[in-house]
Amino acid sequence: MQIHFVILISKQGKLRLTKWYSQYSAKERSRAIAELSCAILNRGPKLCNFVEWRGNKVVYRRYVSLYFCMCIDHDDNELEILEIIQHFVEILDRYFCGVCELDLIYNFHKAYYILDELVIAGELQESSKRVVTRLMDSLELLVEESKEKANTIRNVIAQVTK
Amino acid sequence: MGSQGGWGQSKEFLDLVKSIGEARSKAEEDRIVLSEIETLKRRIAEPDVPRRRMKEYIIRLVYVEMLGHDASFGYIHAVKMTHDDSLSLKRTGYLAVTLFLNEDHDLIILIVNTIQKDLRSDNYLVVCAALTAVCRLINEETIPAVLPQIVELLGHPKEAIRKKAVMALHRFYQRAPGSVSHLISNFRKRLCDNDPGVMGATLCPLFDLITADPSSYKDLVMSFVSILKQVAEKRLPKSYDYHQMPAPFIQIKLLKILALLGSGDKQASEQMYTILSDIFRKGESTSNIGNAILYQCICCVSSIYPNTKSLEAAADATSKFLKSDNHNLRYMGIDALGRLIKINPEIAEEHQLAVIDCLEDPDDTLKRKTFELLYKMTKSTNVEVIVDRMIDYMININDHHYKTEIASRCVELAEQYAPSNHWFIQTMNKVFEHAGDLVNVRVAHNLMRLIAEGFGEDDEGADSQLRSSAVESYLRILGEPKLPSVFLQVICWVLGEYGTMDGKCSASYIIGKLCDVAEAHANDDTVKAYATTAIMKIFAYEIAAGRKVEMLPECQALIDELSASHSTDLQQRAYELQALMGLDVHAVESVMPLDASCEDIEVDRSLPFLSSFVQQSLEKGARPYISESEQSGMSHVNIFRSQDLHEVSGHTLRFEAYQLPKPAPPASAPIAFAPPTDLVPVSDPTYARDIQPPPKVPSSLDALSADVGVRLRLEGVQKKWGKPTYSSSAASSSSSTSQKTVNGATHLDGVGSMSAQARDNLYDSRRQQVEVSAEKQKLAASLFGASSSKNEKKPSSHKTIKGSAGNVEKPTTMVKAVTSSEPTEKTSVPPPPDLLDLGEPAPETKPSVDPFQQLEGLLGPAPVQSTPDSSVVAGPREPDLMALYSDIPMTNLSGTSTNPTATNFYAVSKNPQGATNVSTLKKGPNPQDSLEKDALARQVGVTPSGKNPNLFRDLFG
Repeated sequence: MQIHFVILISKQGKLRLTKWYSQYSAKERSRAIAELSCAILNRGPKLCNFVEWRGNKVVYRRYVSLYFCMCIDHDDNELEILEIIQHFVEILDRYFCGVCELDLIYNFHKAYYILDELVIAGELQESSKRVVTRLMDSLELLVEESKEKANTIRNVIAQVTK
Repeated sequence: MGSQGGWGQSKEFLDLVKSIGEARSKAEEDRIVLSEIETLKRRIAEPDVPRRRMKEYIIRLVYVEMLGHDASFGYIHAVKMTHDDSLSLKRTGYLAVTLFLNEDHDLIILIVNTIQKDLRSDNYLVVCAALTAVCRLINEETIPAVLPQIVELLGHPKEAIRKKAVMALHRFYQRAPGSVSHLISNFRKRLCDNDPGVMGATLCPLFDLITADPSSYKDLVMSFVSILKQVAEKRLPKSYDYHQMPAPFIQIKLLKILALLGSGDKQASEQMYTILSDIFRKGESTSNIGNAILYQCICCVSSIYPNTKSLEAAADATSKFLKSDNHNLRYMGIDALGRLIKINPEIAEEHQLAVIDCLEDPDDTLKRKTFELLYKMTKSTNVEVIVDRMIDYMININDHHYKTEIASRCVELAEQYAPSNHWFIQTMNKVFEHAGDLVNVRVAHNLMRLIAEGFGEDDEGADSQLRSSAVESYLRILGEPKLPSVFLQVICWVLGEYGTMDGKCSASYIIGKLCDVAEAHANDDTVKAYATTAIMKIFAYEIAAGRKVEMLPECQALIDELSASHSTDLQQRAYELQALMGLDVHAVESVMPLDASCEDIEVDRSLPFLSSFVQQSLEKGARPYISESEQSGMSHVNIFRSQDLHEVSGHTLRFEAYQLPKPAPPASAPIAFAPPTDLVPVSDPTYARDIQPPPKVPSSLDALSADVGVRLRLEGVQKKWGKPTYSSSAASSSSSTSQKTVNGATHLDGVGSMSAQARDNLYDSRRQQVEVSAEKQKLAASLFGASSSKNEKKPSSHKTIKGSAGNVEKPTTMVKAVTSSEPTEKTSVPPPPDLLDLGEPAPETKPSVDPFQQLEGLLGPAPVQSTPDSSVVAGPREPDLMALYSDIPMTNLSGTSTNPTATNFYAVSKNPQGATNVSTLKKGPNPQDSLEKDALARQVGVTPSGKNPNLFRDLFG
């Protein structure tokens, strides 16, 4: 497995998103979050974007106030993960038309959907930005359509019963 | 469009998020979440919750769970939501269950049916949602339920579905390799899929399969190479480009696979050299992703059969990494160097200064990576410097996990390369002193064995010198507070064996010390046991030597205390010690011979001294002993039975729909849930189970007896002295005396291969000329120089290249890397851009939107030229956001406090000229104003806490 978990954490140490691909118990999860936010938030700006953590490595990248962290195996390619994070952020950006932290706070479930299109079971499944955004768009469209349809049906029913 | 689509949440939810954002402490946050949980529990249980409302509840549950609280009361509602016909609700349901449930959760069984139905849906988006859930939720038990459908979907016209089906099969392979072993040909087929996304996804399962068994996939080498070639030649659609690199993630995956296939295979490797050197040549070392590919290439080259040309290219790329100012690249460089020196150790010498820079860098991550490199390049010539450095570092860290690792590495290196026994003991003492509780007990036993066996040659003088130096150092160390238990055990043992050996210390002095140890560690029975036995040995030697032993009062107190101890082991030791005092010289000599820890003891496994006792019992009517083999013979039948049972339990669940009722139902026969009738009536089923694995019993016995030769004796220390184990208490009294005759040091005579090897190494290294200096200034020379003959040839007058403060006093002896051409070379290399620079070097597609203009647009009236040229993507952003705040009635999110937080934290990346823009605009239009807003926003807890005018400086590192 390439990626064991993904954590988004704000500079104040608030969780924005967590996704666990390997099995972790609730206790391990909260310990991981506590240890990593302590380790990562306290790092200086010019240092490596990697920290070693319990035999694995955590690659993080900071976007203004938000840290994107991914945990990988000890011998994996850190630079690649750094770019997967960037890739993810670029897709988020395209989807939210200029993403900001608030988008992720209030629409975290959308961020989850996008992450699911990008990474499945800890492996990068799609490396084309266009494919991911197109799929997300068609989902949106479909939802809108079904909403409209429901509305029209409701209208029809309302008219009939009037 | 994206953002406001999701702003349909209720005010309640927005309030929740906001109040959590404002929470100042974890406790406050927990309070808020707990009350939210109570609300949700109540709401969710209400009858007839509208579906839309329910969707929001589920999302709130996800939020609560994400914050680390238990939302299990709502899981069932998420499961129900997956049954919904509306895609939007269904997706929410699937999202929630994938986040809530792990693969062995009971509720999964309730979802399988829905998944089956959804996989058959006409709407490919429904199928996609189901497949995503399959990847997360389907466990070994439920794989058969969906497998046929997944295989069918491999041929689906939509590439998104083919791709996800491949990922699902990959997941199945990870969960239960057996379940998809007959489908592997499908992966090969999908490798030739027309869609690059599907092909790229197929590389994931193939990577796993090849890791497990490279030899079966050698025929694919050519295919992988040609795919890689095509990718590198930009034959894939443009949409796979990333920062102007053609499909870099696919390239990296392919390189990982090639590394596996070419490992140790000359023929396969030869097919790769061309493409690898192509990639190195095209290598783009200015972008992060380019460096990622270069790094993967280096890994590949170091893994496959070596080739001079590609090794040179790899070494060049590595040295570029190491010379970079960027910490990430230096880290990768150190890692790459570690890989390359396995093939050619000389490569390291060129980079000695860079390595030492990294070692002394304040960045902990880099430092640890460098230690890893040093660990790989340790030789007998530099072991002392490296291990000393490691220990110094180890002393100063708190991270237990890493401390354990580095301690065990120190031990390993010391055991392997120690130049002298004296150094070895000193090093071990340091390791034990600072990380004693973290190292393996085996290490302690090895140390005791080394001291006991000495050099193994007939050089008694050196041996006793070694021992007395050990005793001396231990007596000194005993003064330190807070020694780890394992270390104390070693100290006690050594003092007991050799404390009075050289006559420097009197018996009563040593005994006094040992009593102190026992007293100071009243809670540690093991240490007390070691101390007691050590005292017993000292007494025994004194008695055997015919000297009068006076009983110290504190020793008597200790014996009294232990005689009444709750630990039977300690009691026994105390009584034995008292008994020993009463024996005469001859008896003592045979019970506790002097320095006999290395003697073998004979153990007669048939225990003949018991035969009379057995005979008596038999005469009294006891049942004769049934040997192991007879017992297992009897149980064979039972085993067949239990295997039968097992097979039946294999058919646990069936996921196929029930057959439609037919006139003559043949259904009941194959299901056969009823266990077969017992062939052999067994009175006690637990008994049958106990001896169920009959082949194992004798084999484990064999293993046991084999162990007695080597391993078990190592553990003998614990058995004999440690807490009473089952086996030792079972041993009869006479057998324990036979053990005692050899001082209870039975563990020491087993010559494990490890120790033999370690000792050989010791001799080797002793023979070598040790010319290492531990002085810091000569660090480089001692790490790299001593081994290189080239060293002497180089002129030694060079100053260090880097004038940085850390290196100024680097001595002139570090000559190797400093070639005269280097400084010029260095200046000619442009500094690589900061990795954190989000600026995307893809000007053609990017609209040129000024992030600050956007910011201004948010904060006040739009500036004059408010991005008229911005593309459709970014254009509507500002009105949208403004509209958001005005349209939606969320009064609590007051505009002023949140506006700065809406700062488009990503916008910069859209702007190729971002860096210059920011530098010109850095002062900002109204820093005072924005500062205030920043302060306000910070209270909400969602903004950066940097100074506002510098908001974007973060982005540019």
